Amino acid sequence: MDNTFINSVRLDSALCKGCINCIKRCPTQAIRVRNGKAHIVKRFCIDCGECIRVCPHHAKKADYDSIDVIEKFKYTVALPAPSFYGQFNNLDDVNIILRALKLMGFDDVYEVSAAAELVSELSRQYVAEHQDKKPFISTACPSVIKLIRVRFPNLIDHLLPINAPIDVAALQAREKAMKETGLPSEDIGIVFISPCPAKVTAVRSPLTNEKSEVDAVIAIKEVYPKILPFMKETQNQTEEISHSGKIGISWGASGGEAGGLLIDDFLAADGIENVIKVLEDLEDQKINQLEFIELNACSGGCVGGVLQVENPYVAKSKMKALRKYMPVAISHLSDTTVNNVFWEKKIEYKPVFNLGYDFMDSLEKMERATEIVQRLPGLDCGSCGAPSCKALAEDIVRGEAREKDCIHLLRDYIHRMTDDLKGL
Amino acid sequence: MSSMKLHYDVDNTDFTRAGEASSDTKKKLKLMGVSPEVVRKVAISMYEGEINMVIHANGGTIDVTISSDNIVLVLKDEGPGIANIDKAMEAGYSTANENIRSLGFGAGMGLPNMKKYSDEMNVKSEIGVGTTVTITIYNELT
Ligand SMILES: Nc1ncnc2c1ncn2[C@@H]1O[C@H](COP(=O)(O)OP(=O)(O)OP(=O)(O)O)[C@@H](O)[C@H]1O
Ligand code: SF4
Ligand SMILES: [Mg+2]
Repeated sequence: MDNTFINSVRLDSALCKGCINCIKRCPTQAIRVRNGKAHIVKRFCIDCGECIRVCPHHAKKADYDSIDVIEKFKYTVALPAPSFYGQFNNLDDVNIILRALKLMGFDDVYEVSAAAELVSELSRQYVAEHQDKKPFISTACPSVIKLIRVRFPNLIDHLLPINAPIDVAALQAREKAMKETGLPSEDIGIVFISPCPAKVTAVRSPLTNEKSEVDAVIAIKEVYPKILPFMKETQNQTEEISHSGKIGISWGASGGEAGGLLIDDFLAADGIENVIKVLEDLEDQKINQLEFIELNACSGGCVGGVLQVENPYVAKSKMKALRKYMPVAISHLSDTTVNNVFWEKKIEYKPVFNLGYDFMDSLEKMERATEIVQRLPGLDCGSCGAPSCKALAEDIVRGEAREKDCIHLLRDYIHRMTDDLKGL
Repeated sequence: MSSMKLHYDVDNTDFTRAGEASSDTKKKLKLMGVSPEVVRKVAISMYEGEINMVIHANGGTIDVTISSDNIVLVLKDEGPGIANIDKAMEAGYSTANENIRSLGFGAGMGLPNMKKYSDEMNVKSEIGVGTTVTITIYNELT
């Protein structure tokens, strides 16, 4: 089994009622209800978190580490995502948060937004030097990468092959910690405070690097209630920890990464359905002349991640207020040595949606699926456990479902049987 | 030799629906494991043809035949026809009016693109009768 098909969205069977909310909303049709419970088809799942958002019974959960993981290391560094800053009311200085993280038990803090400024500079150079490959597609959102690798093979070459800010931050933080403490790498815990399960998967099963420098990923929504009491205390302290300005912090919301490139011809789309539309149009060459395409699976960008607390649009406006008086950027390549910058591995196309094992087999299956669709009622009611009649037909030819899973066909069948019996 | 046929009626009454036929074919080809490059060629040339039908010819029909050898698209309409096919095939030639140009079409690149992305292309047209464009794209089996 390909170990790159792990994901970080889980089902709590006890809570799942087997309703159709998640199967209908999953953008890659990765969920089926079988025997009254939802099942996630791992190879189709891109970790976007839509099912977590829509499940009315809270049966879909994100998998992440508990805050207690910090006990496992001699020395820990917290890496807050840029979008974390958008969760707080009336925050006028990010140092209040960074100091509070230290009071919570972390030994040091390294802002992902600081690494983001380095990535912005690197991207500017890369895009300018590789104009023949444009438009570039952003690669900071792991859900978007996962989507492209299973559905848009023609766009793989347009992916910006630069590590995401979290990966750059993790190595920077580790090197700094080792130098300052003299401890071996294994005693240092690099802990990411994440907006989403997609980032959890990206750490546990990286697609473009051999391994991740992040040791644990904890959720913003778990850190949030714990940090608030410490912020009262750190409000009046003076220690300056922050190393990022407007550009770095802006990465937390849609348009921020593109803004950091200082170019005009870009597009920024957010929300997974919108992202899919843009990718379809890009693939068909309906979008031309753009240099950069920023894509975020969540509405509003990372502020809309499922592990956030605040409404994404409110968070976005809070971040806008927060960065108003900040310098444009504080971290620069000229003052730092950055080592892990480019992807070690290329993304490989995974044709997981293929109906058959080869073309002829797929052709035959596609024809059968088309015939089956004609027999199905076309209600897309979801009672069979598949998101649409068409999806059920595809499941049938893949050998994963039966025609009588359609309750309407089953009912007709039962009527015919009883009529036959009456006639005896 | 087994093959699969798809038929689409392209309606010109709703502009927002233009592109539905090519997008459906693209989805199906992807599910069938057709090579990404071939899918791309089909999607681009079929979309151009579909748009031409909607813009210049009041809609029409598209028949797609998919086999292990090739993918054949027959785009047929009963529109006004093309007076000078050679001219129409030239890059940049367009009779599109201001209205259509404001929608982002009318660069005169549709037919040239269809030619570029197909392996064989044939245009038959008669004034007042209609136009039939036949496109063949070779299937590359891996
Ligand atoms: N199906 C058709 N029926 C009638 N005329 C057509 C048809 N297809 C193309 N034409 C004519 O050929 C010209 C060139 O077509 P082509 O697709 O290359 O460019 P366009 O449609 O004008 O612009 P673009 O495709 O770049 O948006 C059109 O302007 C139109 O006059
Ligand atoms: S947009 Fe941001 S929060 Fe949402 S899945 Fe992508 S990386 Fe995670
Ligand atoms: Mg055209």
